[in-house]
Amino acid sequence: MSIDMAQFIDAFLEESFEGLERMETELLALDDGDPETLNTIFRCAHSIKGGAGTFGFGAISGFTHGVETLLDRMRNGEQEAAPDTVNLLLRAVDTLRAQLHAARDGGEADPAEVAEVRALIEAHLGDAAPASEARTPPAAGGNDGTDASSGGDHGGPRGWRIHFQPYADLMRTGNDPLRMFEVLEELGTLNVHCETDRLPDHADAFDPEDCHLAWTLELEGDATRDQIQEVFEWVEDECDLLIEPLEAVSVPTAGAPPLTPEPAEMGATTPRRPEAPAARGGSGNRGAESSSMRVNAGKIDALIDMVGELVITQSMLTDISEQLEEDPSQMEAQIERLRTGLGELERNTRELQESVMSIRMVPIAQVFNRFPRLVHDISGQLGKQIELTLKGEYTEVDKTVMEHLGDPLVHLVRNAVDHGIEMPEERAAAGKPETGQVTLEAFHRGGNVVIEIRDDGKGMDADRILAKARDAGLVGPNQHPDRHEILQLIFEPGLSTADQVSDLSGRGVGMDVVKKNIRGLGGNVELESEPGKGSRLTIRLPLTLSIMDGQLLKIGEETFVIPLIAIVESLQTLPESVKQVFGKLPLYRLRDEYIPIVDLAALFDRTEPSPLPERALLVVAEADDQRVALRVDDLLGQQQVVIKTLETNFRKVPGTAGATILGDGQVALILDVAGIARMASGRDTRAA
Amino acid sequence: MAKVLVVDDSASMRQMVAFTLKQAGHEVVEGRDGKDGLSKAQGAKADLVITDVNMPAMDGLQLTRELRKLGDYKFTPILVLTTEAGPEKKQEGKAAGATGWLVKPFDPDQLMNTVNRVLR
Repeated sequence: MSIDMAQFIDAFLEESFEGLERMETELLALDDGDPETLNTIFRCAHSIKGGAGTFGFGAISGFTHGVETLLDRMRNGEQEAAPDTVNLLLRAVDTLRAQLHAARDGGEADPAEVAEVRALIEAHLGDAAPASEARTPPAAGGNDGTDASSGGDHGGPRGWRIHFQPYADLMRTGNDPLRMFEVLEELGTLNVHCETDRLPDHADAFDPEDCHLAWTLELEGDATRDQIQEVFEWVEDECDLLIEPLEAVSVPTAGAPPLTPEPAEMGATTPRRPEAPAARGGSGNRGAESSSMRVNAGKIDALIDMVGELVITQSMLTDISEQLEEDPSQMEAQIERLRTGLGELERNTRELQESVMSIRMVPIAQVFNRFPRLVHDISGQLGKQIELTLKGEYTEVDKTVMEHLGDPLVHLVRNAVDHGIEMPEERAAAGKPETGQVTLEAFHRGGNVVIEIRDDGKGMDADRILAKARDAGLVGPNQHPDRHEILQLIFEPGLSTADQVSDLSGRGVGMDVVKKNIRGLGGNVELESEPGKGSRLTIRLPLTLSIMDGQLLKIGEETFVIPLIAIVESLQTLPESVKQVFGKLPLYRLRDEYIPIVDLAALFDRTEPSPLPERALLVVAEADDQRVALRVDDLLGQQQVVIKTLETNFRKVPGTAGATILGDGQVALILDVAGIARMASGRDTRAA
Repeated sequence: MAKVLVVDDSASMRQMVAFTLKQAGHEVVEGRDGKDGLSKAQGAKADLVITDVNMPAMDGLQLTRELRKLGDYKFTPILVLTTEAGPEKKQEGKAAGATGWLVKPFDPDQLMNTVNRVLR
């Protein structure tokens, strides 16, 4: 049988990465060598070793063997779970991860690191070469024994006499002498003689589940002793077994009918040798990152249920159309049914959509799980005592959102540990517990995923941020932002220079990048902080990226969609608030702010804007902290739209974020407010 | 054609074993761990059980012991998958009531050779 093992390698890699994460988490939680935790860690290593061997990654299997042996000793209490051992195991987890990545991408993990960690583990075991055993070929695989002699090598007919006397219990482990004889029969010509002398005389002494028989078997042919022993391998402790070469031409023992038809000539029944194991699949030359994901089976079942409902609704609608055709006089009654049917269809579609969406949702634990290690490592380096608490790890987020969330979160948690939490002495002096608390929490609120990063560290000094911001020219001398506004300034690019690390608790570094990343996911981030008490960063993200709440707009003959989240307000212009500036876009004064009025028709067609009517309809939208007022002819409804990229079928169009298909089949462009703002200001300078 | 219950907490091993058995024309029922395997076993009488040893919730040895207590599985072949080539581990399996074992790593051919020893 040839089976391509490559098809299972993705699944193996995926579960191995999960296993490594699990190992890491549990290693970090390993208090005093808790046996249950150690068992879990051991199991992860064990699975990786077994899978790596099976799927053709011998080196990984060999490496893991050392790790597994060390863990086995720890769980048996033979080795202490000392901090340096735990750290070594953590390092081994990293090395394994690198090896698996290399296996997936067709590269090679740093051999020096692999060798060094392996040597360290072996040194820990006090054992020179613990890993060689991992690649021993299995005994039960049907490999032919190389050292085995054939029976009766003295010229005569060759074969073996086997005396087999099972203990009474043999069949209770599911072994069956008959099946074993059938295997032997494949090795040559088999004659079976059954010995019944141990059968009890009385029926009450007879237990039908016991084995009361013994056999003498004669096997003629080229079978080796090893091949025969292999047949009895599973029962060697449950029977008396004697295997000896046949001395002469065997005559079937009287009274024992041969199991097979009379043999033809010697050697006609050649033993069936299993073919050599097929080449291992999966040369390790895997394509780049796979985009497979694991989905909870329950979600798929729900989906199938819903499709079932949909089919029922569809057949109901078909039935209505047939009825109408047959008997048009029943029009009214059928229209009533049609409405019901369409109502059903709408409900089915909505449920189906929700359920398909949920397939893309994955628990945020996949991101959160890397933080215990991160916090452990950084706090160790800094000499701080920090307790990290994860909450709501099973909150689900869109897969794409999750993949892009990792880096910003690492940055924020690192900052909290690095700059938020004080040194133990400092904390003690301030009357706080020496161990600082960092909490990472995720939850759903109002159609958003909210992630909070809280610390009970020294907090932020708003006055100093304001002073810095004034220096950097971010806040004018006449502007007096409130405390909340001041704190949000740390997300400004101007405050993100390295020399402010110490001045501003280091939080200036890269915070603008964090904010940009999160806005890129359609979310936002806010900071609250109290000096001496700590800080709280709140990230709000949409549940998914492929569907959004949109507002439909009419501009000229065209319908556009604008993301609801971008809309600040919609209003009718007051003539006195419009300010015409020569050579520039007209501005609209909204409270104390002047906002450029964009004529989309002009912007897209690159024509001169048409004169603004006295009472125009404006939609004020904001993105990347820039506001624009879009001139629209009508506001239509709000609805959820499925975002489709234009690039796939056409090309990227500046000022749009994609397109969607409306209920009537019309294509509507989705406006990219940030892009429009950029285009508007570009036009602005060009015109000036 | 036989019905085979395959119990392993590793999805990739389970898939590989299941795929190989299905290619050979057998029906496969899968269990994610010992506990799940036991309930699957009770749901449908399997002709052969192949189980991993190290699993969460219930290990393969305990599963074997539990299965042997059921009338339906008194004489059913149970093969344990083990990575330990040493005699000690094999004997643990035997003591629990396993019919035999298959040592990891194995390839589909080795698997089928072993399965064919007990499925006749």
